[in-house]
Amino acid sequence: MINFGYTSNKDRQIVFDENDRSVYQILQSKEPSVDICIQCGTCSSTCTTGQFTQFSLRQIIVNIHRGEMDFINEDIRKCMFCGKCQLVCPRSVNTRNIIQVLITILN
Amino acid sequence: MTRESQTIAVIGGGPAGLEASAKLTGLGYNVFILEKNTEVGGHLLDWDRLFPDQQNASEVLDAIKAGLNENTQILTGAEVVEISENHRFDIKLAGSPQKITADAILVATGFDVFDARKKEEYGYGIYDHVITSAELETYFKNKKEILKRNGSPVKRIAFIHCVGSRDEKAGVRHCSRVCCVTAVKQAIEVKELYPDVEVYLFYMDLRMFGLGYEELYKEAQEIYNIRFIRGRLSESFENQDGTIMVKVEDTLAGKPMRINVDLMVLMVGILASSGTSEMGSKMGIGINSNGFLKPVNSHFSSQISNRAGVFLAGTCKSPKNIEETLSDARAAAVLIDNYLKAKIT
Ligand code: SF4
Ligand code: SF4
Ligand code: SF4
Repeated sequence: MINFGYTSNKDRQIVFDENDRSVYQILQSKEPSVDICIQCGTCSSTCTTGQFTQFSLRQIIVNIHRGEMDFINEDIRKCMFCGKCQLVCPRSVNTRNIIQVLITILN
Repeated sequence: MTRESQTIAVIGGGPAGLEASAKLTGLGYNVFILEKNTEVGGHLLDWDRLFPDQQNASEVLDAIKAGLNENTQILTGAEVVEISENHRFDIKLAGSPQKITADAILVATGFDVFDARKKEEYGYGIYDHVITSAELETYFKNKKEILKRNGSPVKRIAFIHCVGSRDEKAGVRHCSRVCCVTAVKQAIEVKELYPDVEVYLFYMDLRMFGLGYEELYKEAQEIYNIRFIRGRLSESFENQDGTIMVKVEDTLAGKPMRINVDLMVLMVGILASSGTSEMGSKMGIGINSNGFLKPVNSHFSSQISNRAGVFLAGTCKSPKNIEETLSDARAAAVLIDNYLKAKIT
């Protein structure tokens, strides 16, 4: 076949019903405070890791809920467990434990 | 002249009209409540429970009505056709020889909900499984089961916020204020009845302005596992099996999203009622750019209209919850009393 050099883009759409959303369910059972996150971004704005990399705990939470698992496994390894996020979260989400649980699930 | 010799005509027998009447008759005035429907109570008649504490709407209505005394005359089916002024107001009612003469008028003509058919892309009246928040409330009130057309159980429900609010395409710029918390309240009620149903709320902003509302929102997340997805519905279509495909941008994930649901509940907005617009133009009362009646000053005389002797209360001026509506009605009663007292001397 002649290669014209065309490629097709990967669909960026979140197709909720086709995504595997099981990681969130496990996370939710092990760390229920993930449910009360209001996606305010206080955690991710204070996070030192986020200042130097793409890492954002807020985005990780929303993406895992939707079953969008790209890069999650790499991203969670960047957390230094400093706990700044937990100090600032207005809903007292147990942020560090979310990462900890995720590491255990995805290992 | 005494209070007992003076009469106030209250146009509209919803919560605002009833509460103001109760306070005015309590002071000794005579009150005519002119209600165009067959029963007084307004939208409270169709509501089951109220946010944020789930109090029964009927209990609230009974409590308001209990304040009315024998100086109140309720005229139902009463449609105002003409108001003329000759020192006092003369009010002509449709199909009735009786003319009401009043020393002051309180307009409490309330709101209508947005006609969801105008947002065709939401499929109301077109798809099988789209209802409004007002209809869902009647399901609760009449203990009607929430099922699909074919009688099978509903597994996933989407509540769509801001339907006919904050939408210049629909000709509505304002926020209706109470629909965010109503969605949370109704979502919780659905989960109480059907714990296994998945419930998603699609919102632009969550406006939990009242005491107890934010707490209710947290309860919805924490106890009922209700999910909030930030994004405005752009389009929806009905699948062959009758489910509805909803398209939004999941703005917090920064990606377009599509999700199938069995039922959509449209959180219809609050607009000035047709009666409100009619009374406004009949009496020459100022109307603001959102269609609501305009008081002379929205800070310090928000119950006084631009026409002497005509007062305003409740949702004919702006979207309000019950607490605000009742407080507003009481304030109107005080100002009417001040106005008439000045005439008495
Ligand atoms: S604990 Fe991890 S996520 Fe939280 S602020 Fe520190 S590095 Fe960031
Ligand atoms: S600070 Fe807390 S509530 Fe805000 S996004 Fe982070 S985890 Fe969620
Ligand atoms: S209260 Fe909420 S749902 Fe209602 S119009 Fe305002 S933002 Fe939209």
